[in-house]
Amino acid sequence: MHRIIAKKLLAPSVYMFVLEAPLVAKAAKPGNFVMVRADEKGERIPLTIVEHDEKLGTITIVVQEIGASTMKLCEYEEGSLLADVLGPCGKPTKIEKVGTVLAVAGGIGIAPLIPQIKEHMRVGNKVVTILGARTENLYVLRDTATMVSSEMILCTDDGSCGFHGFVTQALEEYIKSGKPADEVVAIGPVRMMKACADVTRKFGVKTTVSLNATMLDGTGMCGCCRVTVAGQTKFSCVDGPEFDAHEVDFDELIKRQTFFREEERLALDKHRSGEGCRCR
Amino acid sequence: MSVRDFSARPEMPKQSPEERARNFNEVAQGLSEQTAQAEAMRCLQCKTRPCVAGCPVEVPIPEFLALAAEGKFIEASLKIKEKNSLPAVCGRVCPQETQCESVCTLGKKFKPVAIGYMERFVSDYERAHSKQEVERRAADGAPKVAVIGSGPSGLTCAADLALMGYQVDIYESLHETGGVLRYGIPEFRLPKNIVDREVAYVKQLGVRIVTNAVIGMSIGLEELLEKEGYSAVFIGTGAGLPYFLGIPGENLNGVYSANEFLTRVNLMKAYKFPCYGTPVRIGKRVCVVGAGNVAMDSARTALRLGAEDVQIVYRRSRQEMPARIEEIENAEEEGVKLNLLTNPVEIVGDEQGIVKKMVCQRMELGEPDASGRRRPVPVEGSEFEIEADTVVVAIGQGPNPVLTRNTKALGLNKRGYIEINDDYGATSIPGVFAGGDIVTGAATVIAAMGAGKQAARGIDQYIRSRS
Ligand SMILES: Cc1cc2nc3c(=O)[nH]c(=O)nc-3n(C[C@H](O)[C@H](O)[C@H](O)COP(=O)(O)OP(=O)(O)OC[C@H]3O[C@@H](n4cnc5c(N)ncnc54)[C@H](O)[C@@H]3O)c2cc1C
Ligand SMILES: Cc1cc2nc3c(=O)[nH]c(=O)nc-3n(C[C@H](O)[C@H](O)[C@H](O)COP(=O)(O)OP(=O)(O)OC[C@H]3O[C@@H](n4cnc5c(N)ncnc54)[C@H](O)[C@@H]3O)c2cc1C
Ligand code: SF4
Ligand code: SF4
Ligand code: FES
Repeated sequence: MHRIIAKKLLAPSVYMFVLEAPLVAKAAKPGNFVMVRADEKGERIPLTIVEHDEKLGTITIVVQEIGASTMKLCEYEEGSLLADVLGPCGKPTKIEKVGTVLAVAGGIGIAPLIPQIKEHMRVGNKVVTILGARTENLYVLRDTATMVSSEMILCTDDGSCGFHGFVTQALEEYIKSGKPADEVVAIGPVRMMKACADVTRKFGVKTTVSLNATMLDGTGMCGCCRVTVAGQTKFSCVDGPEFDAHEVDFDELIKRQTFFREEERLALDKHRSGEGCRCR
Repeated sequence: MSVRDFSARPEMPKQSPEERARNFNEVAQGLSEQTAQAEAMRCLQCKTRPCVAGCPVEVPIPEFLALAAEGKFIEASLKIKEKNSLPAVCGRVCPQETQCESVCTLGKKFKPVAIGYMERFVSDYERAHSKQEVERRAADGAPKVAVIGSGPSGLTCAADLALMGYQVDIYESLHETGGVLRYGIPEFRLPKNIVDREVAYVKQLGVRIVTNAVIGMSIGLEELLEKEGYSAVFIGTGAGLPYFLGIPGENLNGVYSANEFLTRVNLMKAYKFPCYGTPVRIGKRVCVVGAGNVAMDSARTALRLGAEDVQIVYRRSRQEMPARIEEIENAEEEGVKLNLLTNPVEIVGDEQGIVKKMVCQRMELGEPDASGRRRPVPVEGSEFEIEADTVVVAIGQGPNPVLTRNTKALGLNKRGYIEINDDYGATSIPGVFAGGDIVTGAATVIAAMGAGKQAARGIDQYIRSRS
């Protein structure tokens, strides 16, 4: 069992948790994630490790409520116990000194990006973070991002703050301006990552994305997270989750993410109705 | 007492096919006390004990049958446990027809003693009737051994080492123990409370189990030896990597690996969705590709989830089907259709990327190949389509790669399995032993247990030689 040491509301429907997970805390690296199962009946869901403290034996995760499992998780309070936290999963991010890195985040994509930004800064890269939200009060971890990056470009879809438009437009303008852009990392909704890949492909800038394929075990034994990269099938939980954006078949990924839509709706309705369990 | 009738091997009572095809309860119902005792009496108590040689873990078969013949069922079960710590499992899933029962003397003239049914009966009887707790071994100060994986190989190795007096810790990557016994073999063939019970027995021996610990990710193998103070390590990580066909359309929605499909249903209890959080989507028409135990389990699971039409698609003929005969018969009785000498060449989807049909080719058998089985060759121009909304790929598994990939010093063969240097499972790293599916490729529960047993002996020798 894993105790919740702290819980904090970051933005509407977005919570940060600090969890007791000594095994994970000891081995975690930027880019790794954990598989969390809240209780006996819960789903195993992947969540990125945003921070870890080996001495305290804790990890930090940021969760956005989007369906039954994440909503259930966000109902847990400080002090309560989660059934399972497994990790660290996935290949750590490859971080080398390259010059200027553009870190592009949509929504809570910034959470998994923060450990990478820090690591890029540590090895001596300049990091320009392009952070997007629908509207100003929906930013997640904006202050932390500002603190750890060399430069911030804020964007909102409605123009309420910073650049008026999508992060992809800001990204394109930045690269067009001719300022150095040696590498791009983009994390967020699949459609946003796909659009970023389309932009950077034109300019030939190396781009990495973190794919949020549906996962089951997270340890490479089911193939449910398979994605096509450079024409080959990869398991994103063990071969990724990060891949070269220019080689990913995003359309396939988008389709695969919709497979359980009906079931997800059913689970959500059941969760919202607060109806108890009828099976033994 | 009446004259012994040597020809009277009992039939296993089962739920009727119509009934069982719609529920997840165990198919086989078990023998009655009377039948079991009578069956035990059929044993000839052969001096040469051929049956024992047919069992990979050398269960003392005549001895346990003699006890059962006297009605001493609990003692009979404990007798088996001297050699086999998981009798309730083996009695259910061992391919007895090719092992212990295949060499039984009675089988020459009549039918072999139903050793599997008997093993199942006495261990179930013990479970229901014995109150006696096995004593926990005090092992403080004894050398520590780490076991990676809680499948049958790991559980057996751990139990044997605990019985020898070692402190044993099992590390398991999933949140539950049992390996394939938990996530692969379905409830209707091996109830999970039996697995729970067998694991509890291993725990009673003093074995500690750490779940959610992936060795190679959470902790390195070298770290176990160098930092965590283990004198030796056993690797029993299994063959859990699913293979795919490599044909177009395999990433469409509705195509599952058997591992994914069975894990959703068995480990995550998707058949109780939405009470349990993990969903499984099953269509009306299901094609299962492959014909081993895994394929049979997938097909029968699909029926139980409500599929209307379930077909096995296999490129060879019935004779070559690797599944146990009993399981093929069970599947057919329940309504699974066999589409033999048929090879899928493409899976086709609709606009939303959901499986719609599978294009197949008829095959015929040609010359024998390296495995001695006649090689299937495609029949020119024989393409045809099978309508399907779900495809389960059950064509085999490879070695679990996480640990081996992250442990460079470990010697592997060309196919990625761990190479062992002797009968005890010694690997290229001193003090590290391996066994089960991660060494042999997908095999049987009992072979994995046999390997775990051998490794326990090897580890004992290794530790003694160094102290
Ligand atoms: C490597 C990785 C890292 C992630 N990190 C974070 C993170 O740090 N914070 C965060 O809030 N979310 C993260 N996610 C996404 C998170 O796992 C999903 O939001 C969550 O599983 C949705 O579950 P649900 O029941 O609440 O929603 P559902 O209603 O079940 O699903 C909503 C959508 O979430 C996705 N999803 C559903 N089930 C899964 C699953 N088992 N695995 C992956 N995706 C699924 C699907 O695209 C689906 O359409 C990550 C995903 C991956 C793959
Ligand atoms: C669906 C199905 C049906 C079968 N039916 C039969 C049958 O009827 N009869 C029969 O005899 N055999 C059957 N088999 C085969 C049999 O189950 C296997 O041969 C046997 O389970 C192998 O045991 P094992 O201990 O080597 O590995 P497994 O049972 O695979 O266990 C390995 C364990 O190690 C864990 N693990 C893997 N990597 C790591 C890591 N890095 N760190 C920590 N833990 C790790 C896994 O999670 C797993 O729990 C069947 C197999 C399947 C899949
Ligand atoms: S363990 Fe399996 S092979 Fe050995 S006696 Fe029992 S059923 Fe037969
Ligand atoms: S070979 Fe058959 S008859 Fe002979 S001892 Fe073994 S079980 Fe009994
Ligand atoms: S989630 Fe099962 S293989 Fe990746």
